Amino acid sequence: MALSGNDGRRSLLPGAAAVVLVTVFLIVLLRVENQKAIIALLALGIGAVIAANRLGLLKPVARSFSEREDALGLLAIGATLAIGAVFHEDHFVLLLVCTVVLYTVATLGLSVQFGYAGVLNFAGASFFGIGAYAAAVLNQHTAIPHLLVLLIGGLMAALAGSLLLLPVLRTRGHYAAVVTIAFALLFKTFLEVNDVLGGPQGLQVRGMTILGWSFNENIEIGGIELSFYLNYFAMSMMILVLAFVVVRRLERSWIGLNLDALRLDETAAGCFGLNIVRWKVTAFLLGNFLIGVAGTLHGMVVGFVQPNNYTFADSLVLVSILLLGGIGNPWGVAVATVIVVIVPEKLQVIQEYRFLLYAALVVVVLLFRPEGLLPRPVRRYFSGWQP
Amino acid sequence: MTQNPAPREELPLVLEARGLTRRFGGVLALDRLDLDVARGEIVGLIGPNGSGKTTFFNVITGIYWADAGHVSFDGAEITRATPQAIYHAGVARTFQRSRLSLPLSIFDNIMIGNHKRLNQGLWFNLVRRQAFRAEFEHSFAEAQALVEVFDPPLARRMLEPVAGLPMIDRRRIEICRALISRPQLLLLDEPSAGMTHEETSQLMDDILEVRKRLEGLSIVIVEHEMGVIERITNRCVVLNFGRKIAAGTFAEIAADRMVQEAYLGLK
Ligand SMILES: Nc1ncnc2c1ncn2[C@@H]1O[C@H](COP(=O)(O)OP(=O)(O)OP(=O)(O)O)[C@@H](O)[C@H]1O
Ligand SMILES: [Mg+2]
Repeated sequence: MALSGNDGRRSLLPGAAAVVLVTVFLIVLLRVENQKAIIALLALGIGAVIAANRLGLLKPVARSFSEREDALGLLAIGATLAIGAVFHEDHFVLLLVCTVVLYTVATLGLSVQFGYAGVLNFAGASFFGIGAYAAAVLNQHTAIPHLLVLLIGGLMAALAGSLLLLPVLRTRGHYAAVVTIAFALLFKTFLEVNDVLGGPQGLQVRGMTILGWSFNENIEIGGIELSFYLNYFAMSMMILVLAFVVVRRLERSWIGLNLDALRLDETAAGCFGLNIVRWKVTAFLLGNFLIGVAGTLHGMVVGFVQPNNYTFADSLVLVSILLLGGIGNPWGVAVATVIVVIVPEKLQVIQEYRFLLYAALVVVVLLFRPEGLLPRPVRRYFSGWQP
Repeated sequence: MTQNPAPREELPLVLEARGLTRRFGGVLALDRLDLDVARGEIVGLIGPNGSGKTTFFNVITGIYWADAGHVSFDGAEITRATPQAIYHAGVARTFQRSRLSLPLSIFDNIMIGNHKRLNQGLWFNLVRRQAFRAEFEHSFAEAQALVEVFDPPLARRMLEPVAGLPMIDRRRIEICRALISRPQLLLLDEPSAGMTHEETSQLMDDILEVRKRLEGLSIVIVEHEMGVIERITNRCVVLNFGRKIAAGTFAEIAADRMVQEAYLGLK
């Protein structure tokens, strides 16, 4: 049903205001170097969110996102591009932003697996790593176009994931999770002892080139020098938008419903014709594909791969992002990734303790807000649709 | 009071169970049970606690396999079929302990039951969003109309999660979930559990009302309240220790000595 112009503007406003405020906050946070100032900023941010929650300001924001998601999505893309523009010559910040964007893609993959199908995957970083190693090997030894390499990296992660399909399908609950942990540990060991893949030192990854356009060269437009990371930033954003749309549409379809149904009650779902195996496999492979694509591009962004980047601890970070953000809510995943990736980078005091901090954060969230920061709302098949 | 018990011989059989046996360890939950359901018939399945009523439903719907015996549905053998295949053949059920997906909306829960009538293709769902939207809106209207038969106010809350609803509404939604795919056979396992006398009576009226619209729907209902059984069934089957101890119209089985001892006497 069409909203009247006035209503439409009103429901758009809270969401738009939230996007703008968060963007401004992030720009300031990324700009500031002084550690005390950063601590003050973070305290301010946390305080503001708590206060907004108390004052009931977050409800209209949530409503606005559920009713005007398409418009707010465009705004969020614009805001992210604005961040890129502000830091157009800052290698460090742009690399960080690329990491946030690609981690978001990876956690969207996990979200399909765990949030929808209920398959807990503790080897997220391994599938991310498979993509990155695929980039290293293929860019070095073959002339495969790099866009295709992204696809192949994703497919290889999905293929490797299919090794786990049997246990994932056969066992229920925790056993499947244990199998993925075993995979994560084996994967790292496999990389370390594998000389072809560079052993513990890892491999260099050649940067991306598309139709002769080398991503690893700084861009010059009208005398202004732009960081080469802007290339990667643009590419990462495109992948994120695609992934977001796919995951969103998946949730808002009969397939999303199937996945919820089998997660919540396999027996009842089976009594209504649902093919459990088909949909679990679909979710698991699609999830790993997304993680793999993100990892492939990330490998090209950072320029090297080594076993230490794809450990079980990194997989845990991905899972903690999911728990923190709100299981099954893609917006929550995006917000949580921003927090988990950016805060430790900016706040050097906690760098060393960041795993401890993640653990504490997850415990706190599970205790006080078990559904995550942005709980998943009831399914709306089309944003703004009213009966 | 019984609603026109039709002369059975004329009606084709929808469900035919022969010699169904199911053991759980030492317990014989079903003991060589023969049970037929004719098209359009409402059969009451009664018996004391633990007499095998739910097990019968679980075996029919493929959740458990029978240790011995055969089941055929609409002329086709379904003894070893999967729950999925049995649903596709046209059997739908409710559960004794309500098994809705609580975080999902009323509409979502009903659509779970509509699985076979929805396009499940990846391409259709992800890419052809206009076509998907048409199917969605059509299904929404259909589900809403079905809920309306049971409770018009509930039909205006289709997008609310089931978790917050009282038991009677949950039971209604479970029945709608089973009916939305237009099955030929509906298995109701104590649909009125946890309801008051008036609510039960209301629910039964609603079920009869829906049945009028679904041509030839057969129902097997497990129900402890004898008034309900008397009012809505054409025929009853009485189980005890997994065995059929009596069958016939309610008046016939109510007069049966063995039934009185095994069941009615205890109640
Ligand atoms: N999954 C199972 N495992 C072990 N025993 C079972 C199982 N399901 C049923 N039984 C046993 O089979 C017998 C029949 O149980 P069933 O649930 O079919 O009875 P019922 O007639 O539905 O009883 P109620 O009126 O209490 O629902 C009982 O003795 C029960 O303990
Ligand atoms: Mg029972």
